[in-house]
Amino acid sequence: MVAVKGNNEQQQEQENQREEYRLLVESVKPKHNILKNCVMAFLVGGTICVIGQLFLDFFISQGLGEREAAAVTAGTMVFLGAFLTGIGVYDQIGKIGGAGSIIPITGFANSIVAPAMEYKREGFLFGVGAKLFTVAGPVLVYGIITSCLIGIIYYLLQ
Amino acid sequence: MLKILLAFVVGGLICVIGQLLMDLTRPSITPAHILVGYVTGGVLLSSVGLYQPLVDLAGAGATIPLSGFGHSLAQGAIKAVEQKGLLGAFSGGIESTAVGVAAAVIFGYAFAVLFNPRS
Amino acid sequence: MGQKVGQQSVSFSQPPVITSSATIVGPEEGAGPLAQYFDWVIDDPLFGEKSWEKAECKMLEESGKLALKKIKLETQDADLFLAGDLLNQIVSANYSARGLEIPFFGLFGACSTFVEAMLLASMLIDGGFAERVLLASSSHHLTAERQFRFPVEQGVQRPATGQWTATASGALVVEAQGDGPRIVGGTIGKVVDMGITDMNNMGAAMAPAAADTLLTHFKDTGTNPDSYDLIVTGDLGKVGQKLLIELLKKQGCNPADKLRDCGLMLYDTEKQDMHAGGSGCGCAAAVFAGYFYSELKEQKYKNILLMATGALMSPITCQQGESIPAIAHAVVVSS
Repeated sequence: MVAVKGNNEQQQEQENQREEYRLLVESVKPKHNILKNCVMAFLVGGTICVIGQLFLDFFISQGLGEREAAAVTAGTMVFLGAFLTGIGVYDQIGKIGGAGSIIPITGFANSIVAPAMEYKREGFLFGVGAKLFTVAGPVLVYGIITSCLIGIIYYLLQ
Repeated sequence: MLKILLAFVVGGLICVIGQLLMDLTRPSITPAHILVGYVTGGVLLSSVGLYQPLVDLAGAGATIPLSGFGHSLAQGAIKAVEQKGLLGAFSGGIESTAVGVAAAVIFGYAFAVLFNPRS
Repeated sequence: MGQKVGQQSVSFSQPPVITSSATIVGPEEGAGPLAQYFDWVIDDPLFGEKSWEKAECKMLEESGKLALKKIKLETQDADLFLAGDLLNQIVSANYSARGLEIPFFGLFGACSTFVEAMLLASMLIDGGFAERVLLASSSHHLTAERQFRFPVEQGVQRPATGQWTATASGALVVEAQGDGPRIVGGTIGKVVDMGITDMNNMGAAMAPAAADTLLTHFKDTGTNPDSYDLIVTGDLGKVGQKLLIELLKKQGCNPADKLRDCGLMLYDTEKQDMHAGGSGCGCAAAVFAGYFYSELKEQKYKNILLMATGALMSPITCQQGESIPAIAHAVVVSS
């Protein structure tokens, strides 16, 4: 019994030390410049959306219906994101824009191309083929599952 | 012109929320977490009818962020249920986002094969 | 015969001599303030190879050959090759040993590997098990990033606490006889874990290990910060160095003016966008084998304490939420 108590006390002391150290780390850690990051995210994200809006207006003026135009716009933006990743520009935008470059669908394309391109040397099956879905995989999995659940709930409520 | 301004402001704000999520939470939150969160968040908002007004207001400002992808999934599923019943719950979401997904796979593959990482 | 001193330290009766050194670094390191001390700056991160992994392996192998060549020796003249790197199964070291054909021990101590190799080489020589040991360690920014973080073309922001894995390789030849700076002793570190889980803050994970080894070294050997011209840490970076100073202050020890950090010396931290500083097995290796070795030879420093720190996690344990264990080894080098 005494030994067990000793162990607990030791553990408690270790926890205290760790907590104390964690606070010390927090105090010396350089802070994110949150305001600047947010401004850049706003500008970069907003600009990407404006480019999307220009494409959307163009496709609608070419006589496409609203839903088709939206789909073609998404495809075009994916193309741009993938292309800019290929020529090594998108990671530079990402450094500046942060979430502003991750959240638009161009960022989704970036997260598909970047790992696939880098793992090409590991082969076309488990390199490119598998790595295309490093980030896209989870996105599709959770997107499809939730939308399917919503559909079922909607069906049951009808 | 107003449409473009709205797309800029709304799209920008959606991204700012993501930036705050990354900067203010644990360091283990990666871009993948953000993207998955935005898609599922988009599905949920859309299903309770909160995302459509945003799309009507801001156009691409709401559809280009990945939450718009979630919106499209949810609306696809709901519309297909109305037309085909239960089967639609399974097919609708994928059908309505098919162009985007196929474009992502095809362009993603093509550029990954054509280019090499440089930096 | 050398002996154990105190709890964790050793001293050598016939201090082994570092007779030669060689360094190969990448483009960013070659643009840094220490550029003139490096033997070979490569412009192409691929180093003429087909993959970054092959490039790192070639850097390691070539730096080893160069260190021997500088004192007109061939690979078969070395009794033993000690090497390590950051990659899974330390492949760079294994594959370079395949090319060198010298009896080989592969080492893993993450960024502490270079000093781990220096300590082991000295022990083997002073113990009479080898006459001449070649030791080397390397890291490559692009091989490490993909293993530990994100693909390089992915648009992500690096946090300010993140460190930049150096593209660098350093090699030393250590002999029982000869001219050059001598390894007179050292302290073998314990693994210390203070519960840091953030892979982007290695400095914070490693600082407690550094403090532990440094204080033990002073206690074991009866020395203090004033016994050394410099106390050189291997890549704690800005954040880790601050933490080390705080931790030492708590124990009544304040060597701040003696402290240098390889990770902060390798780059111009103001102009080059390296955030908290450099890291990687090659960082301390290149800074010691390049800069400090030449300054010791020129007698600019009489004796320095070189202490390299390593974070011993893997991306898998980190994904599982495990905290990051760290280690620090120290050697005393006298001119």
